[in-house]
Amino acid sequence: MDVITANILTIIAFTPAAGAVLILFFNRAHVRSIRSFAFIITLLTFVFSLHLVTYFDSSVAEFQFAVNVPWIPSLGVNYELGVDGISLYLVLLATVLTPLAMLASWSIASRAKEYFIFMLLLETGMIGVFVSLDLFLFYVFWEVMLVPMYFLIGVWGGERRIYAAMKFVLYTMIGSVLMLVAIIALYFLHGSATGTFTFSYPQIMAALASNSLVIAPGMERALFLAFFLAFAIKVPLFPFHTWLPDAHVEAPTAGSVLLAGVLLKMGTYGLVRFSLPLFPHQSQLFAPMISFLAVAGIIYGALVAMVQPDLKKLVAYSSVSHLGFIVLGIFSFTTQGMEGAIYQMLSHGVSTGALFLLVGMIYERRHTRLIDDFGGLAHKMPVYAAFFLIVTLSSIGLPGLNGFVGEFLILLGTFGVSRSFAVFAALGVILSAVYMLWMYQRTFWGEVTHEPNQTLRDMNRREYAMLVPLLALIVWMGMYSNHFLRPMDASVAKLINQVQSRDVQVADQNSR
Amino acid sequence: MNFLDLIWLIPLFPVVGFLVNGLIGKRLPKSVVGIIGAGAVLVSFIFSAGAVLQLAQLPAEERSHTVRLYQWFDAGAAQTLGGQMARFQVDFGFLLDPLSSVMILVVTGIGFLIHVYSTGYMHEEDGFYRFFAYLNLFMFSMLTLVLGSNYLMMFIGWEGVGLCSYLLIGYYFHKKSAGDAAKKAFVVNRVGDWGLSIGIMLIFVSFGTIEFTAVGEAVREGLAAGSFSVSDPLFIGIALALFVGATGKSAQLPLYVWLPDAMEGPTPVSALIHAATMVTAGVYMVARSNFIFQMAPEAMAVVAVIGALTALFAASIGLVQNDIKRVLAYSTVSQLGYMFLALGVGAFAAGVFHLMTHAFFKALLFLGSGSVIHAMHHEQDMRKMGALKNKIPITFKTMAIGTLAIAGIPGLAGFFSKDEILWKAFSNPQGHVILWLLGVVVAGMTAFYMFRLLFMTFYGESRVDHHVEHHIHESPKSMTIPLMVLAAGSVVSGYLGIPLWLGGTNAFEHWLEPVFEPLPITQAAIVEHSHAFEAGMAALSVMVALAGIYLAYRKYYKTSYRAETEVASYGAAYPVLQNKYYVDELYDGLFVNRVKDAGVGLWKFDAKLVDGAVNGSASLTVTGANGSNWWDRWIVDGIVRFIGGFIKTASWPIRLIETGYTQNYALVMVLGVLIIIGYALWGGQ
Repeated sequence: MDVITANILTIIAFTPAAGAVLILFFNRAHVRSIRSFAFIITLLTFVFSLHLVTYFDSSVAEFQFAVNVPWIPSLGVNYELGVDGISLYLVLLATVLTPLAMLASWSIASRAKEYFIFMLLLETGMIGVFVSLDLFLFYVFWEVMLVPMYFLIGVWGGERRIYAAMKFVLYTMIGSVLMLVAIIALYFLHGSATGTFTFSYPQIMAALASNSLVIAPGMERALFLAFFLAFAIKVPLFPFHTWLPDAHVEAPTAGSVLLAGVLLKMGTYGLVRFSLPLFPHQSQLFAPMISFLAVAGIIYGALVAMVQPDLKKLVAYSSVSHLGFIVLGIFSFTTQGMEGAIYQMLSHGVSTGALFLLVGMIYERRHTRLIDDFGGLAHKMPVYAAFFLIVTLSSIGLPGLNGFVGEFLILLGTFGVSRSFAVFAALGVILSAVYMLWMYQRTFWGEVTHEPNQTLRDMNRREYAMLVPLLALIVWMGMYSNHFLRPMDASVAKLINQVQSRDVQVADQNSR
Repeated sequence: MNFLDLIWLIPLFPVVGFLVNGLIGKRLPKSVVGIIGAGAVLVSFIFSAGAVLQLAQLPAEERSHTVRLYQWFDAGAAQTLGGQMARFQVDFGFLLDPLSSVMILVVTGIGFLIHVYSTGYMHEEDGFYRFFAYLNLFMFSMLTLVLGSNYLMMFIGWEGVGLCSYLLIGYYFHKKSAGDAAKKAFVVNRVGDWGLSIGIMLIFVSFGTIEFTAVGEAVREGLAAGSFSVSDPLFIGIALALFVGATGKSAQLPLYVWLPDAMEGPTPVSALIHAATMVTAGVYMVARSNFIFQMAPEAMAVVAVIGALTALFAASIGLVQNDIKRVLAYSTVSQLGYMFLALGVGAFAAGVFHLMTHAFFKALLFLGSGSVIHAMHHEQDMRKMGALKNKIPITFKTMAIGTLAIAGIPGLAGFFSKDEILWKAFSNPQGHVILWLLGVVVAGMTAFYMFRLLFMTFYGESRVDHHVEHHIHESPKSMTIPLMVLAAGSVVSGYLGIPLWLGGTNAFEHWLEPVFEPLPITQAAIVEHSHAFEAGMAALSVMVALAGIYLAYRKYYKTSYRAETEVASYGAAYPVLQNKYYVDELYDGLFVNRVKDAGVGLWKFDAKLVDGAVNGSASLTVTGANGSNWWDRWIVDGIVRFIGGFIKTASWPIRLIETGYTQNYALVMVLGVLIIIGYALWGGQ
C-alpha cells in the first residue's frame, strides 16, 4: 500500500482541522479570503474522499484503509481507523455536504473567521465519528463535534439561538454521558475477561465472537440501553426528538444542512455499528418496542409536519418521520431492511440537505420562513420552483429518485418480518405527499399576494452550484441504485450474519 | 432494423423532448417547441409500430421479448415464504408482449394526436413550453408503466404518470382550485399506491421475484407442484392489495373522487391522461397480473362488483352534470367500471379491448369538448351553449360519431367492446346475471347522458352569451385533423374484435391469448349458448341504449333545455346527484379534516407534553438548583453559621479574656505569676 492509501483516512479526517489551524493566521478582516480558503479546504477533503470510493473493494466485508497505532498505551487507547461498506458513503456524505454548506455561508459577515474555523472543525468531527474504530476515539469525536455545532447555533443562529443551542448540547450530553459509562464498563468487562484492556472495537467484537468475553444478560441490557439512549437522542427517535425542530430552526442554513444531513446519521450509524453487533440479543429483545417507536415517529412526524407554519420546522419534523424509517429498517434485522436504512441515510442527507439549502435561499431574500408569507413564488422564481419541486419529489419517495430506494427496501425488509409494522409505516408515504405537496402548493402556486415577493430574483450562479450536484445525486441514486448498494452489500451481510448467529449463541447461554 | 431490441428507446424519445423543452424551451419559438414535443412522440410511435409488427411475425408462443438495460437494484438476501433465500434483484428492463404492444400503440398513437391537437389548443398560452415538457414527461412515464418488465419498473411509471397528472392538473397554478385538484389527485393516488406497494412486497416475499414473466411461471409451477392452491389467502391478499392501487389510478369506488376534479387541467390533458391512457393503468395492471387474480376468485368477484357499481354510480352522477367536461369525466369513471367488470369476470381480453376502443372515442369526445370550449372562449357550462351544430360543424360531426360509439350503436367501436363485456358478464362462469343487468342499465344511462350532452351543446336554441356569440369559430386544422382521425378510429378499432356470432374471428382476443392463457384450474364449465341467443342479448342491450337516446331526445331535443324542468323531473334525487352523493363532503368529514385535526392535536401535544416534559425537566433542574442553592445557603451554611454563632455567643465570657492581644495575655500571665508568688510567700503559713 502506498503512503497515501495507508493514511487516507487520517488525511481526510484531519485536512479540515489543519485548514482550521491555518485560518487562525488569517487577518480577520479578510472575510473573502477566509471563506474561499475554507471552501477550498473542504473541496480538497472531498477530492481526497474520492480516493476511498476508487480503491474501496466491494467484495470485502472487513474494514479497509485501516490504521492502528497506540495513542494512550497506558489506558489501551488506540488511534484506530477504518471504513467498511456501512461507513464508506457516510464519509462521502459529509465531504459532499460540507463544501455545499460552505457555499451557503457566503453571506456570513460577523465573526467570519471563527465561523469558518468551527465549520471545518465540525467536518473533522463528523468524519472522525464515521471512521473511528476505537471506542474511546469514537467518543472523543462524538463530543468534539458538539462544540462547533454549539457555537454555530449559539452565535450565528436565529432569535432563540441560546435556548436551542443549550437544548441541543444538554440533550446530546445526557445520552453521551451514559454511553461513556457503558464504554468504560465494556472496557473493564473485556479487560477482566481477556486480560487485555482495550477500547478497540474490532478486538472487543472478536472477543465476543469467540466467547472469551461473555456479558451477563442484566449487564448487557444496561449497556445496550445506555448506548441506545445516546443514539436514539441523536437520531432523534420519537419521543426524544424535540431538540431537533428548535436546533434546526435556529441554526444558520449551513448548520441545518449539516445537522440534518450528517449529524442525525451519527445516531443511526451508531445503532448499526455498535448497538446491534455488540448487543445482538438485547437488540432483538427490544426490537419490537423500538420498531413501534419508529413507526410512531414516522406517522407522528408526518402529521406534525403537516401543520407547521414555518418551512424549516416542517422540514425538521419531516426528518423525524424519515429517520423513523431508518430505525425501522435497522431493527428489521434483514439485509434488505438494513441496506435500505443505510441507503435512506444517504438519501435523506442529500434530499434534506437540499431542502435546507433551498429554504435558506428564500430566507436570505425575504428574512422569513413562514409559509403564509409566500404564495405564487413560481411566477417570480420559476427555476427555484422547479428545483424545489424535484427535491420535494425526492423527499416524498417518487420512484426513479433517491428517496424511493431506501424507503422501499426498508419496507420490504420489514414486511418479511412484521407485516403490520410495514403496512403502518407505509402510511407515512401517503402522509409525506400530503405535507410536502400542501407546503409546495401554498408556497409556490396561487397568485403572489405579498408585495415584497413581487421583486424576488431567481437563483444565482452560486446557488446553482449548490443545488446541481445534489440534484445529480438525487437522480443518480434513484436510477442507478446499484452503484451505492453494491459496496455496502458484503459488510451488511456480515453484520446481519453476526447479529443473528450471535443472538442464537447468546440465547443458548442464557437458557443454560 | 431490429425494433424488438430497441424497445427501450420508445420511452426514451419523449425524455429527450422533455429535457429540450424543459431546459431551453422558454427561448425557443412555439412552433419549434411543438415540433419537438409532438415529434418525439411520433418517433416513439414509429418505433412502437415497428416493434409490434416484428413481434407479430413471431410464432404466438414466442411473442414475449425482454430487453434488460442494466441492473437497477440488487439488495441482500431475504427468506421467502417458500423458505428459500432470494435477493431482491430488479432490472431496468422492458417487456414487449401482446398486451404491452396494444398499450404502447394506444399510448403513442393517441398520444401523438393529442400532442398535435395541443399545438393548436394551447397556442395562446405563455407556459406553452412547460406544457409540452410535462406532456413528454408523461409519455415517458406512461410508456415505462406499460413497457416495464417488472412490478417496480411499472411502479416508476405508475407514480411518474401520477406526478405528471399532478403537474398538468395544476398547470393553471395561479388558480387555487387547480392547485387543490392537483394535490387531491396525487394524494388519493398515493392511497392507492400504498396498496400497490404492499401488493408488490407480498409478491416478492411469496415468489422471490417481481419480474412479470417469472412470477407468472412461479404461479404455474407452484400450481403444478401443488404448493399453491386456488383461493389461497395469500393470492387473495396480493390481488386485493394490487386492486387497491388500481382503484386509485383508475378512479374506481371508493377512490374515484379525484378524477372529476382533475378536469381543472387543460382539456388535452383530460383527453390524454384522464381518459385515454393514465386512468387505464389500473386496468392494465390487473390484466398484467391476471395469473394472480385467476388464483383468487374471491378477489375477482370484488373487482367485478366494484367495477359494476362504479359504472352505475358514476353514470348516475353524469346524468345531471352541466359542465361539459364533468359529464365526460363521470363517463370515464363509468366506462372504467365496465373494464373492471370485464376483468372481474375473467374476460381480460374484453377489458383490454374496451380500454382500446374507449381510448379512441373518449379522447375524441374530450378533444371535441375542448374544441367547443375553445370556440366558446373557455365556457364549459352546457347551460350556456346550444345550437352550435352549424357554427362548428367538424367538431359537431366528430363528436356525434364519438357519442354514437360510446352509446354502443352497432357498427361503431363501442358496440363491439361493450357488448363483449356484457356478454362475458352474463356467460362466463365468474359472471352473474345481476352484473349483466347492471351493465345493461349503465348502457342505457350512458346513451342518455351522452345524447343529453350532444343535444344541449349542439341543438336547440342558443343560450350563448351575446359577447361570445359572434366570436364562435371552428378550431384550426391542427385541432380538427386529430378529431377526424380519432373519429375514424372510433369506428374501425371495433373491427379488430368482431365476435364469432357476427361471423368474425375475435382477432383481438386471439392476439392477447398468450398473455391471458388460463391457468390449469378446474372451473365451472362454460355454459354453451347459441349464437342466436348471443345476438338476442346484444340486441337487447342495443335496445336499452336506443331507449336512453330516445329519452334524451324527448327531454333535450324536442323541448328546449330549461333548468327548472330538469331539476323538477328528478325530484328529491336531483340535489343528491348534483352534489355527487355528498361523497367529497363525507371524505372531508371522515378523513381530510380528521387528519388535519390529528396534525394540530399532535403538534400541541408535541409542544406541551413532549417538549413540555423536556422544558419541565430543565426548569425542574433549575428549580432544584435554586433549591439546593437555598439549602446550601440557609441549611448547610446555616448550620455552620449557627454553630459558629452558638459558639460565638456561648464563648462570650471566655471571649472577654480571650482577646487575642499579646499584652493582655502577658498581663494575665504576669498577674498569674504574681498571684502564685504571693501565694507562695503569704498563703502557706
